[in-house]
Amino acid sequence: MSPVLEVRDLSVSFDDVRAVRGVSLDVRPGEVLGIVGESGSGKSLTSAAVMGLLPPGARVTGSVRLHGRELIGAPERELNAFRGKSISMVFQDPLSALTPVYRVGDQIAEAVRVHQRVGKEAAMVKAVELLDLVGIPRPGERALAFPHEFSGGMRQRVVIAMAIANDPDVIICDEPTTALDVTIQAQVLDVLKKAQRKTGAAIIMITHDLGVVAGFADRVLVMYAGRPVEVGDVDDIYYRTRMPYTVGLLGSIPRVDRGGRRPLAPIEGSPPSPAALPPGCPFAPRCPMKISACDEGEPPLFEVGAGHRAACIRWSEVRPPEGAPSHGGPAHAPPVHPAPGHPEPGAPEPSHPEPGHPAPVHLAPGHPANGHPAPVHPAHGQAGRGQAAAGPGRPAAPEPRERGSRTVLEVRGLVKEYPLLKGAVFKRRVGTVHAVAGVSFDLRQGETLGLVGESGSGKTTTLTQILELAAPQSGRIVVLGHDTARLGGSERKAIRRDMQVVFQDPLASLDPRMTVHDILAEPLRTHGRRPGRRVGELLSLVGMDAAHAARYPQDFSGGQRQRIGIARALALEPRLLVLDEPVSALDVSIQAGVINLLGSLKARLGLSYLFVAHDLAVVRHIADRVAVMYLGRIAEIGEVDAVFDGPAHPYTQALLSAIPLPDPVRERARERILLEGDLPSPADPPSGCRFRTRCPKFRAELTDEERRLCVESEPEVRPLGADQGAACHYARRRDVVQEDR
Amino acid sequence: MMTLSEEELAEELSDGGLTRAPSRVRVVSGRFFSSRQGQIGFAVLTLMFVLAFAGPLFGRWTYTDKDFTAFMQPPSASHWFGTLQTGSDVYAVTLRGMQKSLVVGLLAALVSTALSAVVGAFAGYFLGWTDRALSWLTDLLLVLPAFLILAIMSPLFGAGQWPLFVIMLALFLWMVTSKIVRGMTISVKEREFIQAARYMGVSPVRIIFRHVIPNLSSLLIVDATLNVSSAILTETSLSYFGLGIQPPDVSFGTLIADGSRTAVYAPWTFWFVAGLLVVTVLAVNLVGDALRDAFDPSASRKVRR
Repeated sequence: MSPVLEVRDLSVSFDDVRAVRGVSLDVRPGEVLGIVGESGSGKSLTSAAVMGLLPPGARVTGSVRLHGRELIGAPERELNAFRGKSISMVFQDPLSALTPVYRVGDQIAEAVRVHQRVGKEAAMVKAVELLDLVGIPRPGERALAFPHEFSGGMRQRVVIAMAIANDPDVIICDEPTTALDVTIQAQVLDVLKKAQRKTGAAIIMITHDLGVVAGFADRVLVMYAGRPVEVGDVDDIYYRTRMPYTVGLLGSIPRVDRGGRRPLAPIEGSPPSPAALPPGCPFAPRCPMKISACDEGEPPLFEVGAGHRAACIRWSEVRPPEGAPSHGGPAHAPPVHPAPGHPEPGAPEPSHPEPGHPAPVHLAPGHPANGHPAPVHPAHGQAGRGQAAAGPGRPAAPEPRERGSRTVLEVRGLVKEYPLLKGAVFKRRVGTVHAVAGVSFDLRQGETLGLVGESGSGKTTTLTQILELAAPQSGRIVVLGHDTARLGGSERKAIRRDMQVVFQDPLASLDPRMTVHDILAEPLRTHGRRPGRRVGELLSLVGMDAAHAARYPQDFSGGQRQRIGIARALALEPRLLVLDEPVSALDVSIQAGVINLLGSLKARLGLSYLFVAHDLAVVRHIADRVAVMYLGRIAEIGEVDAVFDGPAHPYTQALLSAIPLPDPVRERARERILLEGDLPSPADPPSGCRFRTRCPKFRAELTDEERRLCVESEPEVRPLGADQGAACHYARRRDVVQEDR
Repeated sequence: MMTLSEEELAEELSDGGLTRAPSRVRVVSGRFFSSRQGQIGFAVLTLMFVLAFAGPLFGRWTYTDKDFTAFMQPPSASHWFGTLQTGSDVYAVTLRGMQKSLVVGLLAALVSTALSAVVGAFAGYFLGWTDRALSWLTDLLLVLPAFLILAIMSPLFGAGQWPLFVIMLALFLWMVTSKIVRGMTISVKEREFIQAARYMGVSPVRIIFRHVIPNLSSLLIVDATLNVSSAILTETSLSYFGLGIQPPDVSFGTLIADGSRTAVYAPWTFWFVAGLLVVTVLAVNLVGDALRDAFDPSASRKVRR
């Protein structure tokens, strides 16, 4: 089959900076090509160049052929005939992709009428059909609504409807699900698949999420520093990886299907700036397999297998990360040369290593990471505080842990409601947002509790309530043995010293006008200590150079900034650390380093973490216990392996089954529990069980008699095992992830 | 044992290095003085002060002296800048005027900007009643005709009362900026680093001075720079109407007012004063720009280049 889109040697440069450097790719009809890369790798610019949507000032060279017709340098009028008709695009942010002042039906109809000679009525009919196709309930009615009346997931469906309005040959999806919650992501991916089946279009899926690609793409192109570094079939990329960068990426993803914490393998350093590329292979400075030949020139893409190419001069020695080949072979087989009878027939026979060549390097998760901090100065260690650390480093095999006896944080029946006000001058109360409606959990010394939930689940409100240290509207918060309702000013300040917070966005949480030294000295000065030597110590504690203290936060990369944020939180040797999505703003390879750092700090300093996240894989990796929130209540809580291996609440089951695994074979074989619709408004929660409106069990399995209980009474969290409880009347454990052993 | 003490010594030394910590004041001043603009501006401004306060010592005349042998004479060996119609030495009166204008202008600008920053930031940070009270005060001062009040109060600005004059000038310059500061504070307050400081237990007043105001420094420095010229000019126009600085004392304002009448046929009565005013304002602007860049961490690369 001849490719529908051919890109040859595409380069994009701004002034003298080459942001995309020679991308070549083919897309055949009906094929899904995943383009994977970290931020700044040039993946979005590539797609913009294909669409001819680059900002002015960008210079494009190379060739983009659609059905054999050259698009680069084509006149604007010709391009307009292509855009939206032969190639269409789905953007990351569905709100800005839709015009806010037009009804969505009109916008889709317009997309139809631009390229097809049809009347207004016919276009509108087509628009409603398309809305129905992408699964928007009551499409006739909803076509008359404005974009702001749709939720994020629904908006993305509308954008997909627009993209397929003219039966395009290629749909370019630029991070289409990054802004969405995981259950909504699963819905949207499902819609995309359906749309593709309907139109037979090829899809270029641009994403940073290796899990999304694993289940969705046929072929994968990995980009690094503006260049493809590995191209191949999805199985080749995941199981027969030949490029150290891809190995690093795969090794640095926390996996929801892996119990028992193994440290992740972060890639050292950070991606190079396109303005200052290293002389040879751009990945060489971060590569654990680097040899001197790597600096001599940029490696071309070597043919390493059928349709599989990798840009590494030592490709024959690269092995996939440990544990990745979970099928067709023993999982923990030592990394040896593939035997002649290797189960993957597509794998090429490795060339025999030349004598004197370094032995095959195996990128195991244990490889020394920059996340391992320098030893702490003994004078400031935990010993002087009279409380021993919770225990030695985490054992490799997860044993049922005894929970610590000291409770550092206790939340009982926490309620927080916000009034919904209306009116400009005289504000009337027109309703109540039940942001948190009775949440209870506790956190023991040396423990990590992961608080997970989608946006709108009330996890951030819960966090703010704890951090404010004020009396809650209803319920009780006890921090380090002090009830927040009965706190004096000096006591509150003392608790603030022992409870510190790390925020999601490291750039926003560090004052841009302060030097790193001042930032780290602030908590010390506030609590009457002299910064002195401690600042340098803190920096080395989080694996940074003490000489960095004179710089500003802007001078650092995202991962380093988050390390500074962590160092600031540790300045006063707190006992409880509240982490608000600390890694969700970071790239995968950087994220792994920060997660490792948090893990090792906890073990060494005896910290307790309250870890708020929406990424369940990260939570599985770092938490001891997990609490899943839905619409202001806890749906399920318990020991992390118990909850992940046998979730009992239907919501937890759906949530876990929605997470894409970076493992193509298992991802394809998996059965998804798709939730219908969106999160109900917290201003008007359903009666009885809050989840019943989307509950697959309620819909399909229960009898009318059983359903009545769900509608009438709100379930409380009830214990289900040693350390697991679910707020469901008909809770039953069910394995939806199938642990990868 | 030897190695241990050596280690200790090394630590002592490194600690000494660290106590000279790279705090904000140090970094900002370092960056200020490493920029060409800052160096020139600071040098010129210093020079102006030296000239204004040390210059009269070298002249043969004081600003009250009158040379009845030389009316309206062009610059010469005995009168370096020439003389006025009254026989006053232009060099002496110009420098005397410069003393007053520099002090009045710079002080009034600093006081008014500081006032606007504090009032605006407190109103924006605390909101509620603090905001209402402060906003009410700001609005009141905005609607009062400043010029009229200054005119009425001018008899008070007799000899030696210039600090009062500075305060009055400043009092009528700060309101608009304070409104802008209030608005910006409300948005800065929502940023996470303010939350971080709050959860750390930093007191609100300290948050305002440590986080809020430094983050508005670009605005404030530009405002202060502009205020220097506008304070000098307000003083000038007040003095022009015979309010402000009273004779026999002089200021740039009175001098320019007098000199502009004779500028056409006796340029020395006008151009020396006007030139020095322009140089002063220019130097202040250079200092302001350099300070703004020094405060703004993202401008660092441009400054270093």
